[in-house]
Amino acid sequence: MANRFNANQNHGVGIGLRIPHYRHIFSRKPVVDWFEIISENFMCDAGRPMEVLDQILERYRVVQHGVSMYFGSVTAPDPEHLRRLKQLVRRTNTPWLSDHLCWGSVDGTYTHDLLPLPYTWEAVERTVERVRAVQDYLEIPVAVENVSSYAAFTASEMTEWEFLTEVVERADCGILLDVNNIYVSAMNHEFDPMKYVNAVPAHRVAQIHIAGHTKYERYILDTHDHPVIDPVWQLYARAIERCGPTPTLLEWDDRIPSFDEVHAEALKANRYLNSGVPPVPGVPGERPLLAGVEVPNLGPGKGRTRATEPKDLRFSAEPAEVVR
Amino acid sequence: MSASAMSLEAIQREMAAAVMRPLTADEEMQAMAPDGRAMSDVAASFVAPNSRLSAFERLEIYNRQYWFRVLGALAEDFPALRAVVGGRDFEALSVAYLTAHPSRSFSLRNLGSKLVEWLAAHPQFAGRRHRLAVDVARIEWAFVEAFDLAEREPLTLEQIATLDGGSRLALQPHVQLLALEYAADDLVLKLHRREKKQTSEAGVKEDEVHAAPAKLPRLRRRPTWVAAHRLDNSVYYRRLAREEFFTLDAIRRGLPLAEALTGGFSDSRMPESRRASFVREMFANWAELGWVCAPELESLIRP
Repeated sequence: MANRFNANQNHGVGIGLRIPHYRHIFSRKPVVDWFEIISENFMCDAGRPMEVLDQILERYRVVQHGVSMYFGSVTAPDPEHLRRLKQLVRRTNTPWLSDHLCWGSVDGTYTHDLLPLPYTWEAVERTVERVRAVQDYLEIPVAVENVSSYAAFTASEMTEWEFLTEVVERADCGILLDVNNIYVSAMNHEFDPMKYVNAVPAHRVAQIHIAGHTKYERYILDTHDHPVIDPVWQLYARAIERCGPTPTLLEWDDRIPSFDEVHAEALKANRYLNSGVPPVPGVPGERPLLAGVEVPNLGPGKGRTRATEPKDLRFSAEPAEVVR
Repeated sequence: MSASAMSLEAIQREMAAAVMRPLTADEEMQAMAPDGRAMSDVAASFVAPNSRLSAFERLEIYNRQYWFRVLGALAEDFPALRAVVGGRDFEALSVAYLTAHPSRSFSLRNLGSKLVEWLAAHPQFAGRRHRLAVDVARIEWAFVEAFDLAEREPLTLEQIATLDGGSRLALQPHVQLLALEYAADDLVLKLHRREKKQTSEAGVKEDEVHAAPAKLPRLRRRPTWVAAHRLDNSVYYRRLAREEFFTLDAIRRGLPLAEALTGGFSDSRMPESRRASFVREMFANWAELGWVCAPELESLIRP
């Protein structure tokens, strides 16, 4: 719902702004509630990225989503990163900004991945400190997103949803609740995803992400290259039931279909947002969602499939022609 | 070190080292750590297994994800270099380069920022086409820079006409000057077109096409001067005369206009009678392309 973590705005249903759709967006000017941009794609000095952004800003509402702030990294963020991010915030007038509850850099060396944190009190303290500092610097509400993870730590002292709650309560920030990531992590760590959704402090949820993923024989990879599956819609339905209508964004980052196909998939969220929540099979919070979920055997996961979200999508710098 | 004794920092350092370590030829995590420990023990020291995956296998997912991501990003920025050295050798080159120069930027855009210097110093990764490969890498990196570096208010021809020999100018940040050993600019453009055509053709197996080096026309070494630049938000390259290159280079270094022109025509074989009109043409072209601008105030302050 509209709350102070999304600047009291309910944007509706948006999609991620992606390069393969530019031609369609600029020529057809489709009606879209809002676009989410990857901040890092537009933190440059000039050129086509900024031209595209300005054209989008003329017609659409834009919310920024980052992939490299690494709130949980022990080493401090690059001041240049923060400076450019604030510059972009001023340009887009984004009502809130999100990035991930994870780490990914050490001593200024970047993995460009969203690495999971050990759920320890030390990590809570470190992450809270960083979120607060970034929020103060940017002067807009910040929401932290739960990530998909494939590894858990022996050092963890609490569940992921307990960790998330501790961080957002202490940092006094919002949550970007990614229900696909909850599902992926639940499958990979063998917990009930509905228990997670039911435990999240609903009044802090600024935005929700939905997406597709890829199932392998022994784990699930967060690839953003498929439609949203029914069990994830069930989690979404429950989240809306708890949080009220909340700005929702479909992520589709690889093997991207046509704009119309992506937008139609996103708009399925309106079934839950506009007409009340359809009945969720079973009693929310009581039925382990993994029970009966079939995991097809798609091989051992050794193919070169990448988890997609952390990649900032670059524009092609290929010369169109030669100017003699 | 036991997990209970590991601080957040220790976990992150251990995990980052494991994740960024090159994969085996079979794209698996290496069995042994550099210090001789078994990686299964390293992983088990901080990663918990589940009922389907060991600690090693869970850490390996991140190790693989890291390499697939950075190798993919580098290949996207250097498609012509990949064609010149071949897909197999490009991957070996990329792994060696990224091991020496892992990303130091929040953006993947800067991943290849040290590649030219690194490749120039490591000829064994490009074989007999090494010098050509360095030129190709320089051109492709120049395209990345020209694509999104700043553009300042350009000087008009009328403004340029008011300058004198003591005036200092500046070049647009997006203009990239390249002194090449080969006329590799046209080759890069051809290879980019070939890449685009092949990736858009149905049924072409990318690995088969790109594993071996591309067949190239015979190129002789010939000093070639090129500028990569941006016009109307598209990246182009423009062949430069030697005199124009060295004049622009001197302007970029902050020399007064008279000194820049003197340097530009040093050792020039251009007839004296042609030089005045050549300079007028240069300035007209620069004004049309918006290449020159006023220097920033700080650059004029000499210590």
